[in-house]
Amino acid sequence: MSIELGTEAPSFELLGVDGAEHSLDDYQGAKLLALVQYCNHCPYVLAWEDRLISLARDHAGRDLRVVAVNSNDVAHYPEDSFERMQERDRELDFPFDYLLDESQALARALGAEHTPEVFLFDEARRLRYHGAIDDSRDDKAVTRSYLHEAIEALLAGAEPPVAETEAVGCSVKWK
Amino acid sequence: MIELLFWEGCPSHPEAKALLEQVLAELGREDEIVMTKVESDEEAERLRFPGSPTIRVDGRDVDAEGANGRPSLTCRIYYLPDGRVSPVPSREQLEAALR
Repeated sequence: MSIELGTEAPSFELLGVDGAEHSLDDYQGAKLLALVQYCNHCPYVLAWEDRLISLARDHAGRDLRVVAVNSNDVAHYPEDSFERMQERDRELDFPFDYLLDESQALARALGAEHTPEVFLFDEARRLRYHGAIDDSRDDKAVTRSYLHEAIEALLAGAEPPVAETEAVGCSVKWK
Repeated sequence: MIELLFWEGCPSHPEAKALLEQVLAELGREDEIVMTKVESDEEAERLRFPGSPTIRVDGRDVDAEGANGRPSLTCRIYYLPDGRVSPVPSREQLEAALR
């Protein structure tokens, strides 16, 4: 069961593909923080990957930080190992931090269930949007860009038009 | 024989089954689809199951390239003709396998 809207972001300190530890406090400067449950091996993540990269690039410098978090059991899913995460980042030059949640504590704290699954927090780090990036994994069939709409609304001081949707994707691979 | 092997932890098999039924109907075929649920790593190994869904026509995987992937309880990656990633086979792959 994922956290409810309005819940404060859980604290974390996780290793990023850049070799540095990243904590919730590191993102203090950004008005909005999107934690995205992520991984390498899931076709749903791959289907949405270009759109998430575009969204992060389009909003760069606009008070939004996107942070991808891989919480999968890497022993059973070696495609999601830290080394493979670094390879993926080198290959695609992610415009966002990509962190390994090895203990799965952050995924548990968020109540994350799928990859990809978005948790968008406002300036007070309260959850304001949760769910899918948009309404279709097929980029040609998208009619609603939920995450983009929520970001634009929050940056304009308004409520997200849709605050919660179902995240369709692979399951988080628990240990 | 048409087999659809799937793992419940991946949400793609209903879509794959619907697409398979649609292609079969368009080709005028009334074959039964044998559904096989894969529930453990051991079963995945035994059935050479590289991910969900896996569709075989007379024992042949509709995506020969992906058929040799590591047996695993995972969502399987397919590529559409335009190179985009999909969690289900393309219509073209199914049509080619069924013709």
